[in-house]
Amino acid sequence: MGQIELKGVTKRFGDVEVIPPLDLQINEGEFVVFVGPSGCGKSTLLRLIAGLEDTTGGRIEIDGKDATDLRPAQRRLAMVFQSYALYPHMSVRKNIAFPLKMAKLSQAEIDKKVEGAAKVLNLSSYLDRRPGQLSGGQRQRVAIGRAIVREPAAFLFDEPLSNLDAALRVNMRLEISELHNSLKTTMIYVTHDQVEAMTMADKIVVLQAGRIEQVGTPLELYRTPKNRFVAGFIGSPKMNFIGGTEAQKHGAHEIGIRPEHITVGTSGDWQGRVTVSEHLGSDTYLHVQTDHGIINVRSAGNVDVHHGDTVWLTPETANIHKFDANGSAV
Amino acid sequence: MATQASRAAGRLMISPAVILLFLWMIVPLGMTIWFSFLRYNLLIPGGETFAGFENYHYFFTDPNFWPALWNTLTLVLGVLLITTVGGILLALLLDQPMFGQGIVRVLVIAPFFVMPTVSALVWKNMFMNPVNGLFAWIARTLGFAPFDFLSAAPLFSIILIVAWQWLPFATLILLTALQSLDSEQLEAAEMDGAGPVSRFFYIMLPHLARAATVVILIQTIFLLSVFAEILVTTNGGPGNASTNLTYLVYSQSLLQYDVGLGSAGGIVAVILANIVAIFLMRMIGKNLET
Repeated sequence: MGQIELKGVTKRFGDVEVIPPLDLQINEGEFVVFVGPSGCGKSTLLRLIAGLEDTTGGRIEIDGKDATDLRPAQRRLAMVFQSYALYPHMSVRKNIAFPLKMAKLSQAEIDKKVEGAAKVLNLSSYLDRRPGQLSGGQRQRVAIGRAIVREPAAFLFDEPLSNLDAALRVNMRLEISELHNSLKTTMIYVTHDQVEAMTMADKIVVLQAGRIEQVGTPLELYRTPKNRFVAGFIGSPKMNFIGGTEAQKHGAHEIGIRPEHITVGTSGDWQGRVTVSEHLGSDTYLHVQTDHGIINVRSAGNVDVHHGDTVWLTPETANIHKFDANGSAV
Repeated sequence: MATQASRAAGRLMISPAVILLFLWMIVPLGMTIWFSFLRYNLLIPGGETFAGFENYHYFFTDPNFWPALWNTLTLVLGVLLITTVGGILLALLLDQPMFGQGIVRVLVIAPFFVMPTVSALVWKNMFMNPVNGLFAWIARTLGFAPFDFLSAAPLFSIILIVAWQWLPFATLILLTALQSLDSEQLEAAEMDGAGPVSRFFYIMLPHLARAATVVILIQTIFLLSVFAEILVTTNGGPGNASTNLTYLVYSQSLLQYDVGLGSAGGIVAVILANIVAIFLMRMIGKNLET
């Protein structure tokens, strides 16, 4: 259970069309990530699926049944909010038990399920605390606990990690991935962080201004971006774009080359001066001022160049992405 | 405020205000306590003699004392009940998006700006008057006999008037509290299957507990000393039916010219207010702790 299908779903706020007609198929058990810059409509799309917003047009089908006009609670979806939205006056136990209590389960059953969820999420020793007494990561786990006790058809995550510090974020990312592997439930995850998208997703949906730019596995998006936007959005550091005569040599309006597909040497295609060099040990990031603008380079290991040095860059021809005047990949 | 010098300077600088406030409180209190031990009648000037606890004895055995105490508590509890319940309901209503929201909110707050004597007179003459009042007109239009509020149900009428004055205050505080509720919490509750009623009782009401505590504490302080409304409407009557402690103290010291007895009553009222305050803090003060 947990197949979601959007057919021509549209959302308008007054005259502003936030989401133009949009089709999307989410298969059972998939981990789907909606990614895009802020304001691209990814959260709105999630809220449409959750039923927290009404659609202006189109159909939402969950497990083959029309759910467009169902109330949120009837869609059998569970959501984890960005602010966690825990109930501050209830203990962790009561927070997790709340959906079960609303579903009018017997107390014995509620206790059993809450204990089970707490064990899965390592919350057993915190059950009688209030959310205010927990750390960010623990609150996050309580919010997830409240979602999993309902045994929903699908989980919806709305930027759940954006309030955590960097180290905790990596941990929680792993925990959510592990949870998905053990539960095998459909998950829809909204983020603006492409690293989260790349590491967690089975399928990434890249959105811009409410439109789907591309749908695919992380590596598909990395290797064969459909257009300039996806190419620039996926991958870190960002892809370099070069226009003008250099692009025309390759028979394109603009070419893109990822920083990791450029080699640094004492001779090569493009000459430039290093403006900033970042030595991370495992990698070296160089910002090089060339005739084609600033080009970012990522070299494995430690490359011994510093600010002011002159270097030559050579792109790997096989990994050059070509784009036409509309930004579509050629 | 870390070093000893800055702490000392800080204390020095707040001391004028603290001393002024302390004198402001302690001098009237000290004089009242002193008067309460004197045989002090305004009709016999210069004849003050020490009376010991005689004034207290007379005050407690006054046939009006127990009814006045009972009336005071009824008044406070009645107004608190109406204003908190009504305030929560009004706040819920005003929190809904609607046309002319700003104007409606200002209008709701308006009664708080009307001074107590004026609002009591308006209620007495324009609403509750059995001949010319609006309520009497409504009753007659519907074919009933007009109800003489201030003679037939004096305490209830005063509770109504005072509640009308304090309802805006409660509404205002509770409305701001309601607006500070995180909408994601309500949405989470909606996803969790809670209907509107459950959302109110499980999410909104607990969120309002702290604001309601503030409303109850502040109102109790003021409601224990309601006076103007009684003076201009019923004068504590008929008989002692709407006499509260404040009015009793007034009638003894200024209508019967017995300042000593009135002062004793004042001290009793102070002690009573403190007892109520301690009980309140014990019962609901824990809501104010985070």
